[in-house]
Amino acid sequence: MSDVVEKTLTALPSLLSLDSQPGSTKLSSTSKLGSLIRGITELTSKHEEEKLIQRELVSIKEQVSSPNTSMRQMKDLMVRAIYCEMLGYEASFSYIHAIKLAQQGTALEKRVGYLAVSLFLNESHELLLLLVNTVLKDLQSTNLIEVCMALTVVSQIFPKDMIPAILPLVEEKLNHPKEIIRRKAVLALYKFYLIAPNQVQHIHSKFRLALCDRDPGVMTASLHIYLQMIQENPEGYKDLTTSFVTILKQVVGGKLPMDFNYRSVPAPWLQIQLLRILSLLGKNDQSTSEIMYEVLDESLQRAEMNHNITYAILYECVKCIYTIHPKSELLEKAAKCIGNFVLSPKMNLKYLGLKALTYVVQQDPKLALQHQMTIIECLDHYDLLIKRETLELLFRITNAQNVTVIVEKMLEFLSTSKDDYTTTDLVGKVAELAEKYAPDNEWFIETMNTVFSVGGDTMQPDIPNNFLKLLCEGFDSVEEDRKLRLFAVDSYVSLLQGKPGNLPQRFLQVISWVLGEYSHLREELDPATVMRLLVKLLERKQTSSETKSYVLMAMTKLCRSGEGVSIAQEVSESYSSSMDTVLRQRAHELQHLSHNLELRTRVLLPGEAGLEPLEVDSSLSFLDGFVSEALAAGAAPYKPPHQRQEELAQAKALSLEPYSLALPISMSSCSITDRQSPTLLSMSSGLSGDSTDLSHKGGSTTLKLDGVKRVWGKEGYLAQREPIEEAQIEVPSPLRSPIQQTETGNSHSPSPAPTQSPEHEPEKQQLASSLFVGLSSQSSVCLMGKSEPMPQRFRKKAKGQSSTSAPTSNSLISLPSTVDHLLCTNLLEKTPELSEVHAAANGTCDVEAALVSHEDSNTPQDLCLSSHLPAELSELFHSEISPLCSTQSLHLSACYVQKEDSLILVIFITNSSDFAVHDVHVDLDSEQLEVSCASDSPVKEVRGCCVAVCQYSLTVKRPSAHVTVAGMVSHQLHIETPQTAQFSYELPLTSFVRPLKVSTEEYGRMWLDFTHDTKQNLTLINDGEEPLTDTLTVLKKKLQLHIVEIIGMEGIVACRLLPDQPCLMHCRLHAGSLAVWMRSSLPDLPDCLMYHCQRSLTEH
Amino acid sequence: MTMQFMLLFSRQGKLRLQKWYVPLSDKEKKKITRELVQTVLARKPKMCSFLEWRDLKIVYKRYASLYFCCAIEDQDNELITLEIIHRYVELLDKYFGSVCELDIIFNFEKAYFILDEFLLGGEAQETSKKNVLKAIEQADLLQESQSEDWGSLPNEELL
Repeated sequence: MSDVVEKTLTALPSLLSLDSQPGSTKLSSTSKLGSLIRGITELTSKHEEEKLIQRELVSIKEQVSSPNTSMRQMKDLMVRAIYCEMLGYEASFSYIHAIKLAQQGTALEKRVGYLAVSLFLNESHELLLLLVNTVLKDLQSTNLIEVCMALTVVSQIFPKDMIPAILPLVEEKLNHPKEIIRRKAVLALYKFYLIAPNQVQHIHSKFRLALCDRDPGVMTASLHIYLQMIQENPEGYKDLTTSFVTILKQVVGGKLPMDFNYRSVPAPWLQIQLLRILSLLGKNDQSTSEIMYEVLDESLQRAEMNHNITYAILYECVKCIYTIHPKSELLEKAAKCIGNFVLSPKMNLKYLGLKALTYVVQQDPKLALQHQMTIIECLDHYDLLIKRETLELLFRITNAQNVTVIVEKMLEFLSTSKDDYTTTDLVGKVAELAEKYAPDNEWFIETMNTVFSVGGDTMQPDIPNNFLKLLCEGFDSVEEDRKLRLFAVDSYVSLLQGKPGNLPQRFLQVISWVLGEYSHLREELDPATVMRLLVKLLERKQTSSETKSYVLMAMTKLCRSGEGVSIAQEVSESYSSSMDTVLRQRAHELQHLSHNLELRTRVLLPGEAGLEPLEVDSSLSFLDGFVSEALAAGAAPYKPPHQRQEELAQAKALSLEPYSLALPISMSSCSITDRQSPTLLSMSSGLSGDSTDLSHKGGSTTLKLDGVKRVWGKEGYLAQREPIEEAQIEVPSPLRSPIQQTETGNSHSPSPAPTQSPEHEPEKQQLASSLFVGLSSQSSVCLMGKSEPMPQRFRKKAKGQSSTSAPTSNSLISLPSTVDHLLCTNLLEKTPELSEVHAAANGTCDVEAALVSHEDSNTPQDLCLSSHLPAELSELFHSEISPLCSTQSLHLSACYVQKEDSLILVIFITNSSDFAVHDVHVDLDSEQLEVSCASDSPVKEVRGCCVAVCQYSLTVKRPSAHVTVAGMVSHQLHIETPQTAQFSYELPLTSFVRPLKVSTEEYGRMWLDFTHDTKQNLTLINDGEEPLTDTLTVLKKKLQLHIVEIIGMEGIVACRLLPDQPCLMHCRLHAGSLAVWMRSSLPDLPDCLMYHCQRSLTEH
Repeated sequence: MTMQFMLLFSRQGKLRLQKWYVPLSDKEKKKITRELVQTVLARKPKMCSFLEWRDLKIVYKRYASLYFCCAIEDQDNELITLEIIHRYVELLDKYFGSVCELDIIFNFEKAYFILDEFLLGGEAQETSKKNVLKAIEQADLLQESQSEDWGSLPNEELL
């Protein structure tokens, strides 16, 4: 194939004019583009090129804006503009003309116009909105080429908010007689699915049609969507496994038309796509995996040809076999394949073999043993990529016995690597291994020293944090802790005595902290000596102010007496007028301390006592008095940073980006404290940064509209304690279950002894034995170090904890896309069937799917059940009465009634028999709801042919888009044995929503308090004169919201979730849609409500 | 399987075609292009056709004086990407009739059209060679019949 481009001409300029070139006949070299290109190739310097292009751009600019320019000329201009952009010169003035060309040109120019648009703009570019109408028009065109062009551009870039506008047209195209149109439509929908999954939810059934399409191209295209959906929810598509297997069988068996062959392999891309889908479906699922064994075997056998494309399929096959539930026969064949890859002289295959090995080695360590000599060779490979992948492989097989050799190899690689990304990655891995498997203190400290010096300031900040945490929390034995710390101190003192100037700032910070904290452990070491070393650091120009503040803190801990104090006084003096406020603060502290003997003895002498966790009033309640005084004196109440940001943004005129930069306060405050003191305290103070957000979580039950008082009031903060405790309890255990590991490790038959050829050089043999020690088949179980005979030396505590603050901060920075995603997954979990989604969204409740035993739902009885509603409820709105379940003699139905302050679930128990039914018990339970009995006395007995009514009052514990009550009814009929039946009943969250009547001022105050928020752009109802009012009215009607005020383009709306959880909504017209921002004190409430708003608007 | 971007550049490091399937700022695009062109050109012929770059995998292949270079994610299949490049070259070859770098320089918009017909949004759209070329030819036919009409207009080259 290398002859394909063989005619390339190196002497470019001299040959440009020839017309005999077969390819260049169409491109008259006299055209403007031709002369531009020729002009550029004749130039000698970059500077000249720049001048020429600038001239060209000026000329293009002039012409595109001239009214006399025809579309034909415009097309040529666009091509030239594209060319200039490719050379790296901006031609943004032409973007709008590209859109115009796509709009007004005939097919000829339109094609170039669309191309230019797709090359110039990206998804978020605002000009894209202007393309919507053009696309709409072209989608409706009778000219197939135009339809194709529109679909092509839509699958590349389309504004997310405008998807609803063209969705019906694209959907329609799924039934188009031409397969090319169907295929492009499927890909367009795939694109929509990627950028806004909830928009295409209702067409899942059509995806199935596409999957069954008679044209293989359309079917292949639909697999992209399925791969994506199955990745997100493999459980939902298990039923399709057989179909995918059948398709793969047909493909492998050569049933597709010949055009799909590539190098006489049938549709390789399709095969790979299917193999990926199968591996997702078969993962951790034995029965599903069994369906695919046969076809996998066949794929392995068929792919025997000696070419890249078959290797690509084989590789995917092997991956699939190792991902799904294992079958020994297949594993053997797959292992042989990997072996062939690894041993191949072709670099590409060798690399892929190593990659596959890395992937499977956790399950099958004996494979690494088999190829140990190859692996050793690859360690010294001239291609860094191969070397790197080998290290990755070694990383996976590290254990306590081979850790020193492997870490050595990694550090060796690090010393030669120049790429920041690789350095950061590898440094992290070395640190992880060192923490996990360190054989002794010396090694650990020395390795970490290298990590810090090599990793420099680009490494992940959690490496030094974890290291310090480990030092300070210690592990099992007090004596060991002491030794480790002592060794660290010794090592750092000698480092500082050497050339500390070469050390990165992060490392210096670690050193300062450790010396400050632990240098007293080395008794013969005079604190003044340490102080002098630290002073040297301060004097260096390269030392950053952050490091300096670490140094000053260390000095604060060290200044005890004598010379140390005088050094401290000197230093503090010189920094007490520093421009850096943090430094100045530290210097003042140090100064104060060094001049005050009494304070020193009180603070510093306890020594170890300082390690006890301190009681910290994280709510800052001691400031309450100060704050209320200040407020009384007319000071403005505190606003969290994101609020300030928002107000700033609003103050700007014509802000097109309405919600910019919501700062996650919790994150920032957390990280600052972490940096200063790596103790457990930082965690709770991190949470306290959220105190305003959390204040409502478990808050009092009445609504207080006095926002000022609440922010600083004691009540609010008392309530906040609870969530903190919860967060700490939820910390996941850092130790993963060893049982799981054992299972996977054991699932293969023990390996035969590795075959080694004797002629390898002795040093390599030696390396091999040190690298692969502990990897023999007997010890394969402990390979991952999870169930080592020797317990892990250092436990990692940090990761689990730091994750607890994530959920709170997530809600602060939730972008529209994540909201989409969240909605989608919620929806998929709850209601996988299409019909349900629709029914549920209508406000009626579809319980059919949840029914356990339900025979005759349409008996006339059901219709007149409503007459049995208690008198006090009959006047109110009640939902449709739907059947729940039946036993031999009882039929249960239910509906809910919305009262102003509560929601009543009414259960009708109809006794169809002639006899009385005794001992009737109805038990309700729900994860999301609080259920309490509302009737005076529970129903015990239902007489023959009668209806008994139970009432339950429901409140929401945990919001979700739909909430479910599960229940059980048991009774005795006459003297027969007891009977039971189960049922479940689903309600939309909206049934718990009531209007919240507040004034604009109250709204404003509450808005500040809430930080769980979500933002999304919703469809605007655009059929009237005032779209905003119309839309809000619809929402008001459907969801029972209260419109607080509408001012111009903005409207504010409030509601509450029963009993009293407020949710505020800020709506604003933006670019033809409704930008909604919801806030509440309850974490999931905004997301759930947003979902319902979206539903009711799309339904309208 | 999604491709992140595709770049075509010459042995002299001149960009000939760029297609981005992920939204990036112009500045970033320029930076990536510059870095990658440098790295790829520095590779020796016997090395693998893959390289690690940031968190992406770069798959490249040289055809005469042109480098074809694709970025994929780490879990993607490098070999099949290599074959995607090859199929694209085959398509170009068939369309231009033994393609050379000049064809792509002067008709880069055609090269884009073919690419768009083959890969859509970073995914292989149509892997049948015949079908891709059919689609392109149909659109071309339309162009030509129209350009004949336009061709009769006077002074069309005078701007």
